[in-house]
Amino acid sequence: MIKKPLKYNTVLKTFKIGGVHPPENKLSAQAPISVLPLPEQVIIPLSQHIGAPAIPTVKKGDRVKAGQLIGQAAGFISANIHSSVSGTVVGIDSVTDASGYARPSVIIKVEGDEWEDTVLEKAEAKKPGDYSKEEIIKAIAAAGIVGMGGATFPTQVKLSPPPGNKAETLIVNGVECEPYLTADHRLMLEHGEELMTGVQLIMRALDVRRAVVGIENNKRDAIELLTRLAAQIPGVEVCPLKVRYPQGGEKQLIKAVTGKSVPSGGLPIAVGAVVQNVGTVYAVYEAVMKHKPLVERVVTVTGKAVKNPGNYLCRIGTPISKLIEAAGGMPEDTGKVISGGPMMGKAVMSTEIAVTKGTSGVLLMRENESRRPAYRNCIRCAKCVSACPMGLEPFRLMLLSEQGLTETLEQERVMDCIECGSCSFTCPAHRPLLDLIRLGKNRTGQMIRARKAKNQ
Amino acid sequence: MSNLTMSLSPHIHNGDSVEKNMYGVLIALIPAFICSVIFFGWGAIIVTAVSVAACLIFEYLIQKYLLRQNPTIWDGSAIITGVLLAFNLPVSIPLWIVAIGALVAIGVGKMSFGGLGNNIFNPALVGRVFLLISFPVQMTTWPTPQGFATTDAVTGATPLAIVKAALASNGTEAASGATAQGPQSVSEILAAHGITVPDMLYGNMGGSLGEVAAIALLIGFAYMLLRKIITWHIPVAIFATVIVFTGILHLANPEQFAGPLFHLFTGGLMLGAIFMATDYVTSPMTHKGMWIYGIGIGVLTVLIRVFGSYPEGMSFAILIMNGLTPLINRCCKPQKF
Repeated sequence: MIKKPLKYNTVLKTFKIGGVHPPENKLSAQAPISVLPLPEQVIIPLSQHIGAPAIPTVKKGDRVKAGQLIGQAAGFISANIHSSVSGTVVGIDSVTDASGYARPSVIIKVEGDEWEDTVLEKAEAKKPGDYSKEEIIKAIAAAGIVGMGGATFPTQVKLSPPPGNKAETLIVNGVECEPYLTADHRLMLEHGEELMTGVQLIMRALDVRRAVVGIENNKRDAIELLTRLAAQIPGVEVCPLKVRYPQGGEKQLIKAVTGKSVPSGGLPIAVGAVVQNVGTVYAVYEAVMKHKPLVERVVTVTGKAVKNPGNYLCRIGTPISKLIEAAGGMPEDTGKVISGGPMMGKAVMSTEIAVTKGTSGVLLMRENESRRPAYRNCIRCAKCVSACPMGLEPFRLMLLSEQGLTETLEQERVMDCIECGSCSFTCPAHRPLLDLIRLGKNRTGQMIRARKAKNQ
Repeated sequence: MSNLTMSLSPHIHNGDSVEKNMYGVLIALIPAFICSVIFFGWGAIIVTAVSVAACLIFEYLIQKYLLRQNPTIWDGSAIITGVLLAFNLPVSIPLWIVAIGALVAIGVGKMSFGGLGNNIFNPALVGRVFLLISFPVQMTTWPTPQGFATTDAVTGATPLAIVKAALASNGTEAASGATAQGPQSVSEILAAHGITVPDMLYGNMGGSLGEVAAIALLIGFAYMLLRKIITWHIPVAIFATVIVFTGILHLANPEQFAGPLFHLFTGGLMLGAIFMATDYVTSPMTHKGMWIYGIGIGVLTVLIRVFGSYPEGMSFAILIMNGLTPLINRCCKPQKF
């Protein structure tokens, strides 16, 4: 039998402007997902999503089971929070999370591993077609699922397009363009079938007939596996993508897969696309087929000096120090701990911060990789302009941000910036382009909101 | 456990630096430098060394004592200015004139605007044009290539100047009625002076230090493209414009106008297009802007060369377009997502 050649050698799809190619450093790509032992205590922030924090439904001293609701979504854009362990609530306090802000969190002392009775150990013997659209969306909302690629936008909202908009294509984001991170890669390799079920469930929820799984071409094993699995499902296909950062940016991925550009300030649904990360798709599968809330996720622990870079399935609320321990401990010359990847991740102050729904990785950087050199005059080389995937002029946006020229920043489309960091990554003068652009973007956003409020 | 570094993303960098780019340009200039040494001997080394040293010294003094900054003379930019200034000078130039050129280039062209990154005009060209206007005789006395031979230098004109002068004398002869030889066509003029295309390609002709060997400059261009120091847009836009413009003129009247190859390989066109017009600081930031800038340089160069009173127009063309660059940047925005 002649095997149908995969699209490796043809010209791969990609986004059209800008982008960079940082060293991939996927150190943990071959490390299978292992289950992290339960910690003694978990810290579960009530705000692990974009939108209003959840309202606690437990109090100090309560006994909880794994999978039990402990925070009720507060409003349309919000998400339920569940206990990831069984034990006793020892307090509801403000605890610093990866963002550096203190947020109300439920602290639970772990006792045993008892699960809520409704959570099934094995998936229901049903087909995706046996569930109705409403059932699926309801299960997703109940399970507190949010975008697990890092944006943490409540998934049920994304699956309920505003009136007048119709989704045409589900795009599954298996790109994982951040260097070092391999959590999505391993998930695709080890849970391909469950993912395909999840894809079908979301297709049903969105009422679309087409789904495309976008995967960067540095994960050939995942492309091969999912292509084989997708061949049996009508409407589902796998699209290998050029290895180019930020291929996994929502707008970039839509452009690469469909050729359509999401307009400035618009949502993907404007071009008929809904993008879901593979981690989210897996969570949807578990929520619908196993009635299991989002209480655990795969986290990559990695870094050049880490003894055993690996991928761990861990409960939400686990301190990242436990993950570091499992990967062989904190290397002596660690200079920086990053929650997420090196391009968009956040440096954290301590290793006691907890894993949340959006934590894709823990990256330990050596002391000599941790500090930036002093920055110099802009030499106007235009490398940042070539690198920007949104067609902006980072050197100019930085200057305007420094000068506080908010109106001009708005005209120069600063709000289009996706904060991918390609500009700062590229700048030969080591200028803190994105740092200042973020500041300018923040101020411009405030100005726009103030103007809207005034006009209402 | 709180001695962790806190900083915003991105946490990695591609390792590029100002120095890597600047010294990359200098590496790209090596082939042209070797050619100039082969053609002009010790003089080429001495003029270049004096120019570079003077640029470094003036930059150091200005940064240290006038601007009270920490001198950054080793970032490579002052060395490039020194080399490019030297490459735009004839080998017989008195060394004190070289030093004056370096002072104007660094002092007026660069530091008065605030140093690297802030200047509007290419510093080396500011120096060169200042010298051309102030010392026209010394700046247009071109020894023909002698290598390291110790014979007395023979001076001659550059091919551009030869053609310009001969064409001009056609006009005066015709006016005075003295038609001893009759008007000469461009090809007759070139043949009479033994100027061939291979000579121009390898640099075997009169001219400034670094402008004579087109092939060496093209090697430098290839190197910079390979290292991604510059993009191809500006040089290609200039070459294309000059080829098209002089091609049309040549087809219209081959007697009066030299062909594209002559214009491409003579004067400072190659040096200017590859190394001076592509100066980061003084050229546009977007590809569209680079095309406009390159076309502008091409058109102005040909206009000055063919219709102006100077035989060579590259320096003026680049400086004029340098002045227009802020406007070009304002008009040419990058392709939107």
